[in-house]
Amino acid sequence: GLAWRQCGVGRAEHLWADSGSRTAAHLQDMEKARPLWDNPLQFVFACISYAVGLGNVWRFPYLCQMYGGGGFLIPYIIMLILEGMPLLYLELAVGQRMRKGSIGAWKIISPYLCGVGVASVVVSFFLSMYYNVINAWAFWYLFHSFQDPLPWATCPLNSNRTGYEEECEKTSSTQYFWYRQTLNISPSLETSGTLQWEQALCLTLAWLVVYLCILRGTASTGKVVYVTASLPYCVLIIYLIRGLTLHGAVNGLIYMFTPKLEQLSNPKTWVSAATQIFFSLGLGFGSLIAFASYNDPSNNCERHAIIVSLINSSTSIFASIVTFSIYGFKATFNYESCINKRNLTPLPTETIPYHTDTLPPSCRQAVQGTGLAFIVYSEAIKNMEVSQLYSVLYFAMLLMLGIGSMLGNIAAILTPLTDIKAITSRFPKEVISGFVCLINCIISLVFTMEAGNYWFDIFNDYAATLSLLLIVLVEAIAVCYIYGLRRFEKDLHTMIGRKLNWYWKAMWAFVSPLLIISLFIFYLTDYILAGTLQYQAWDGTQGQLVTRDYPSYALAVIGLLVASSTMCIPLGALLTFVRKRLKRERVSTVA
Amino acid sequence: MLGVLLLAFSVVSVASAELCKPDAQNAFKVRLSIKTALGDNAYAWDANEEYLFRAMMAFAMRRYSSKSTTQISNVLLCNVTDRVSFWFVVTDSSKNTTTVPGSEVEAAIRMNRNRINSAFLLSDKTLQFLKISTTLAPPVEPSTPVWLIVFGVVLSLIVAGIVFLVVAGIQQRKKKNKESTERENLEEKGEVTITIENGIPCEALDLKAGHVNGVFAADDERFTSL
Repeated sequence: GLAWRQCGVGRAEHLWADSGSRTAAHLQDMEKARPLWDNPLQFVFACISYAVGLGNVWRFPYLCQMYGGGGFLIPYIIMLILEGMPLLYLELAVGQRMRKGSIGAWKIISPYLCGVGVASVVVSFFLSMYYNVINAWAFWYLFHSFQDPLPWATCPLNSNRTGYEEECEKTSSTQYFWYRQTLNISPSLETSGTLQWEQALCLTLAWLVVYLCILRGTASTGKVVYVTASLPYCVLIIYLIRGLTLHGAVNGLIYMFTPKLEQLSNPKTWVSAATQIFFSLGLGFGSLIAFASYNDPSNNCERHAIIVSLINSSTSIFASIVTFSIYGFKATFNYESCINKRNLTPLPTETIPYHTDTLPPSCRQAVQGTGLAFIVYSEAIKNMEVSQLYSVLYFAMLLMLGIGSMLGNIAAILTPLTDIKAITSRFPKEVISGFVCLINCIISLVFTMEAGNYWFDIFNDYAATLSLLLIVLVEAIAVCYIYGLRRFEKDLHTMIGRKLNWYWKAMWAFVSPLLIISLFIFYLTDYILAGTLQYQAWDGTQGQLVTRDYPSYALAVIGLLVASSTMCIPLGALLTFVRKRLKRERVSTVA
Repeated sequence: MLGVLLLAFSVVSVASAELCKPDAQNAFKVRLSIKTALGDNAYAWDANEEYLFRAMMAFAMRRYSSKSTTQISNVLLCNVTDRVSFWFVVTDSSKNTTTVPGSEVEAAIRMNRNRINSAFLLSDKTLQFLKISTTLAPPVEPSTPVWLIVFGVVLSLIVAGIVFLVVAGIQQRKKKNKESTERENLEEKGEVTITIENGIPCEALDLKAGHVNGVFAADDERFTSL
């Protein structure tokens, strides 16, 4: 149950006092009793559950493959030390010290910075809108795993049963299942198509699950994160054992771990490592601040920051071992069957192709996009024995990862809202949570339309990238230079009881902000140089992805997404400035 | 007599030639790939095999229409080539001059395809009836898709959980409200009981043993008014 602890302030024994001071005692009671985690382990599990997500399972292995295999670990670990751990500790410390959600916390740091908190909430809102669609897909695949054979293992027959569906013949059965039977994707963004009721049902279910988990605040979330944090590791271990025993797995692992050190001279490698660390930890959304605000003030968040970031990175590496053994198995299997089907001459076994460039063009497969997690793994699963079991395990794991991250996102939205007294006095917590979930659910039905996946890609690529970099940069500068590094150091010392190491101070003050600025400049120049933005559309007649340009209204939406979160920061500062000015004028006119 | 027989025979053969020719009405082309299917164990295609084919066709027609009138002589073959392909028609058993409609023949062959294939040790791919495309076995589909059932189970569990938690929350809040109002009532009572005068609660003084002394009763007259 809830652990209501009054933070060292005893409840005034004013039972016999007159009514005046009795109400005062009541008010004191309400303000001080913030819900807390039952024990520090719940907090750590919540952070791990939030940080460890789909990116650890599919994005890191992909980056590893692209940027030099084992050699990618070098920039990855360097970036972890330079930017990951310090920024994580910063956010946790701010949350634990201020004991409020992102809006309230940054308002305390400086009244001009309330815009930073609002920007975090806006970005979290965008993220929660599109992220839960992934959980809906995971549910869809999970429910379809209870069939024999798996529905993505074979192509369906065409209408007169003389052969297989034409679209399925051109591509593979797993891709057909993903693009046609799951998404029912339209050929371009302009053709919106109709709402897919099956996907809408799964999405509603996903939102109901999220609502169930956050219904009671930390009381319910604290119990759920035990499961969402630990189950993925169990599944990964099972897959590791299974993966290492698969035919061709060792080839994949050898490919992954042989470092190609020449990639280290490629600046994209370092940028990808920095970006991956940054987004993998989920900095800037306000979720970490929210989680830390429910901590006991004497909690040692420095140790927890180190633990969480190390666990997050080791999970990425662990997951990529699993993924590469599966890739190895799948690539070998696909390669062999593709060669056989097309009667091509096989390559010597040492050069079994994992990189798409070395595959014969007719045997290449799309290696990009969120669909990758579903296509690649479902393809590998269908070729295993007892594929139903592995399928259920895998998609249950995806679900746990996704829900864990969603809990953090929703906490980032709800905590600032519940901090506002005007709202909590009128509505109970359940109603506020329900309202937020309902609004999100209705808006995210857009992603279940036929063109929904294209809108999903827009949100995935643009809603959070630039805005987060800016938010975290402002956060770091605010704490170090506006609030004052020395003042913050003193606060931490009173809170935790340990002196701040020079490493943290150096990173917060100089290294991390510089890194973020360079990342920001890199991305800006990348977008500007690219000119028109393009996207990958699925062409059913050819059975493959084609590149198209975004229409103008999609570009407008992208601009709106980025602007609505980044503009909050200067607007907030401006509003506070104007309000202070007006108050000063009012005071001066009165006096 | 012999002349009449010869004439009849020639008429029949002319008639059959007319009935069975490539692209004739209700005629089907058959292609066999015996060497592909059997390799070294391939048998040669001769008149005996042709006889077997005609017998299988008659068997198929009999089984399909379940009237035992079709004879082997009703099945006519023509244009046999070396790579083994030929055309055939099935003539109506009652009137030798017309052919059985193609749709009936097709249906009969579809029904007995397995038996025909196995008679020749061939498969759908190696014994091809060129106008009759093979149909693949349809997948077994239950009346309600499996995923909907699992979805329904999970959905009901989640909704039950939500309802339980919400109701528990409402009950807890009601209990807390009742508790706080009880506490308030107790506090007010407490104020009254705690008012102590010389170690004796006033309540006891008012209600329990003792009379009110009339001399001291009129409190407001104790003091001289100002």
